[in-house]
Amino acid sequence: MHMADALISPAVGATMWAAAGGLIVYSAHRLKAELDERKVPLMGVLGAFVFAAQMINFTIPATGSSGHIGGGIILSILLGPDAALITIASILTVQALFFADGGLLALGCNIINIGFFPCFVAYPLIFRKIVDDRLTRGRILAGSVASVVVGLQLGALAVVLETVGSGISELPFKAFVLLMQPIHLAIGCVEGLITSAVVSFVWKARPEILEMATLAGPGTGRSTKKFLASLAAVTILLAGFLSWFASSRPDGLEWSIERAAGKSELAEAPHGLAAALGRVQNMTAFLPDYDFRQSQKPAGRGVAAAAPAAAPAVNVGTSVAGLVGTALTLGLVALVSVILKTRTQDRAARQNPFARS
Amino acid sequence: MSHHIVEVKDLAYTYPGGTRALRGVSFRIVHGESVGIVGANGAGKSTLLRHLNGTVEPAQGSVRVGDFPITRKTLHQVRRTVGMVFQDPDDQLFMPTVYEDVAFGPLNLGLPTAEIENRVMQSLDTVGAAHLRDRPPYRLSGGEKRAVAIATVLSMTPDILVLDEPTSNLDPKARRQLIELLRSFRHTKIIASHDLDMILDLCERTIVIHEGRITADGPTARIFNDQNLLAESHLEKPLRMQACPICGPR
Amino acid sequence: MSKIESALFDLSGLDALALQQSPIHRLDPRAKVLTALAFAITVVSFGKYDLTGPLPLLAYPVVLIVLGDLPPGYLLGKLIIASPFALVVGVFNPLLDRAALTQLGPLNVSGGWISFGSILLRFGLTLLAALILIATTGFNAVCLALTRLRVPRVLTVQLMLLYRYIFVLTGEGARMVRAWSLRAVSERRMPSRIFSSLAGQLLLRALDRAQRIHMAMLSRGFEGEIRPIRPLRLGAADAAFALAWTGFFVLVRFYNIPRLLGRLVTGIAQ
Ligand SMILES: Nc1ncnc2c1ncn2[C@@H]1O[C@H](COP(=O)(O)OP(=O)(O)OP(=O)(O)O)[C@@H](O)[C@H]1O
Ligand SMILES: [Mg+2]
Repeated sequence: MHMADALISPAVGATMWAAAGGLIVYSAHRLKAELDERKVPLMGVLGAFVFAAQMINFTIPATGSSGHIGGGIILSILLGPDAALITIASILTVQALFFADGGLLALGCNIINIGFFPCFVAYPLIFRKIVDDRLTRGRILAGSVASVVVGLQLGALAVVLETVGSGISELPFKAFVLLMQPIHLAIGCVEGLITSAVVSFVWKARPEILEMATLAGPGTGRSTKKFLASLAAVTILLAGFLSWFASSRPDGLEWSIERAAGKSELAEAPHGLAAALGRVQNMTAFLPDYDFRQSQKPAGRGVAAAAPAAAPAVNVGTSVAGLVGTALTLGLVALVSVILKTRTQDRAARQNPFARS
Repeated sequence: MSHHIVEVKDLAYTYPGGTRALRGVSFRIVHGESVGIVGANGAGKSTLLRHLNGTVEPAQGSVRVGDFPITRKTLHQVRRTVGMVFQDPDDQLFMPTVYEDVAFGPLNLGLPTAEIENRVMQSLDTVGAAHLRDRPPYRLSGGEKRAVAIATVLSMTPDILVLDEPTSNLDPKARRQLIELLRSFRHTKIIASHDLDMILDLCERTIVIHEGRITADGPTARIFNDQNLLAESHLEKPLRMQACPICGPR
Repeated sequence: MSKIESALFDLSGLDALALQQSPIHRLDPRAKVLTALAFAITVVSFGKYDLTGPLPLLAYPVVLIVLGDLPPGYLLGKLIIASPFALVVGVFNPLLDRAALTQLGPLNVSGGWISFGSILLRFGLTLLAALILIATTGFNAVCLALTRLRVPRVLTVQLMLLYRYIFVLTGEGARMVRAWSLRAVSERRMPSRIFSSLAGQLLLRALDRAQRIHMAMLSRGFEGEIRPIRPLRLGAADAAFALAWTGFFVLVRFYNIPRLLGRLVTGIAQ
């Protein structure tokens, strides 16, 4: 499930970008230290494999709906977690840019949700623990299903936290969790079975590949544990920061922009026309069922600052002005585009009189 | 000019899966020779070629290029000397554009930018692909891909050219152009192929491989006339040397 | 099956637009990458009940589409088939947030509808910005820009290789699926048992291919690093492009232009 730009607030987007960026730099560093240049083409081609395999639809037994393959665990098995994370990050970037999956700001969230949890949590802590250098069919099955399910559950939970933390969607945390986790449990079981089938297939056909990959790949050594511990610390810090940010500043950037500008948006109002309009506005501002949203929340500095921007005042005057302004803005944009269009066509015609008839 | 000699002694190789691809191969190729390597599918041709520039380490036996046996220390020098054109151009053209692909080798040699530019354009000109320089490889036709793949090797100025199935997937005209191009090269050439007519055109000497062993090594014309040998190695006489079944009886 | 091929077509179609010549196409990729990022940040920084404020930002995609001579219908079509997750989640807003926030004539508009509209607008604007970036710059130039912007080389090289081999492997995958569908006439979708052996085959081929590519790299002196060669030059036009748009974004962010315009006009009318 790709997190989308449309649902995230700048604070969440930026935090997750920072986290994903840090993770990529860390993985890149470890990969470099590993000095295995075979992995350079291997990562690219396996990324393309996951990409291609995800485009093939297959039927989920007993349901008739279709599913696709989860990449994080397969890639971790074949490449080790560091290279797998970088590969997933590159797949997500291509999807964001070409298929409008997610978007640019949500990329950080997606790298964490879809890359970090399977590669750095589920693979070392579950798959490796279950498979533990002794490959058997049963272990591959158990390890794949368990690690894919856990990776997806964590990823889905992260999507919920990011969405709720951003506050753009109205879905309450509890309802959203109850919606997301069971769906992803089902998806996870299917993806886990498929992952296990694909891994077993490779293992049967060419055992040396898997043996080499799992035995050689960096496992659950001390460095991974240390890394996970420091990561947990960072996560807790981030979570604390985010929840503070989310509760006291309904819209983080909004708040910081206003602080930076030293005034709230309404400061523009009290002049001539606008002041007159403002008076009309105040007089008509009462509607029977009107419920000013922010009044439900505990009052605070941030709330007071954000409220005017978040909720345009309710009255006929502003909504007419708003509609007129909207129409004008759209008209202006259209006008600019028409002017530019004719100008570029003129120029093209002048440069090459035969180009356009 | 002893450094253009290729000498293979008792070479054997088994893939990690257990396939014994080569089982004791020996030959010696001297400067300026053009040698064809023929054999059925899976005979071990590609595996043999991979040993010639050290991309695969022999399990047994040795490979000598020029004055050096191939070892870790001489690998760098060997790869400058031996230019390898792979069977599938998609494996060889991994960079985003033709230009960058041809520049990949010279860049790794650490040449100055002007020299790189020079070599890239010269190599592309030689294979007639200068107009493709900014195209991504996935938008090239099979023949164009092959030409560019050869250019990527030429830009390293090798002394010995090793080509794996250079005419596969080419239409008759592209094939003919490629043969003429290869004929114009003064390099030592080692060409593995099923296209016996092309071997007949380009190589005065042929080595036949069957199931990882050399079954014949000698002048191309003599080998292609040995009906029994060809049949044993799952090969057929080049069409050109067969009596024409359509126009023949007339 | 058709999905694979249409996806391939999509990939190369969008990238092919980048081969066009236009003032936008000629700009340094770094300027375009940074501007697109600034744009996306500006779009999501608006409050969720602010529908009018971000509207002037439409100028960015519109101007780039016109100056870059891009086909607007094609880009919008891609938006419509884009991943609908945001919309699915957003649809709950009107159901959950029914408090009236504003009035359109006799109609009370609830906060939920406004924030849903805002999600739609964000969705459209940010995704359009990504598509336009590729269509005016090309993927490989974006990678190059990222390298120069100090994104770790390991990642940008992977992006480049991934993009190169997507075409090869999806082509292989599509051929395998076609071979299956020709034999399995009655089945519309692939049973998972077949899928896993097909994916396994594809994976084995991918592994072999990676090995061969590695050999091809080694044969040309590869020692673990892929170096970019194309030079980039940041000129006055590039700086002007990035600065002018960023300035515009800041302006739009701090002043609600539609509201100011509306007040001005309705004020004059009174
Ligand atoms: N990467 C590999 N791993 C395992 N086995 C391999 C690998 N590559 C080739 N083989 C096996 O080694 C044997 C020789 O293969 P090789 O590719 O050298 O044959 P070839 O003569 O080039 O065949 P073709 O004419 O089909 O190209 C074959 O049995 C093949 O299955
Ligand atoms: Mg071969």
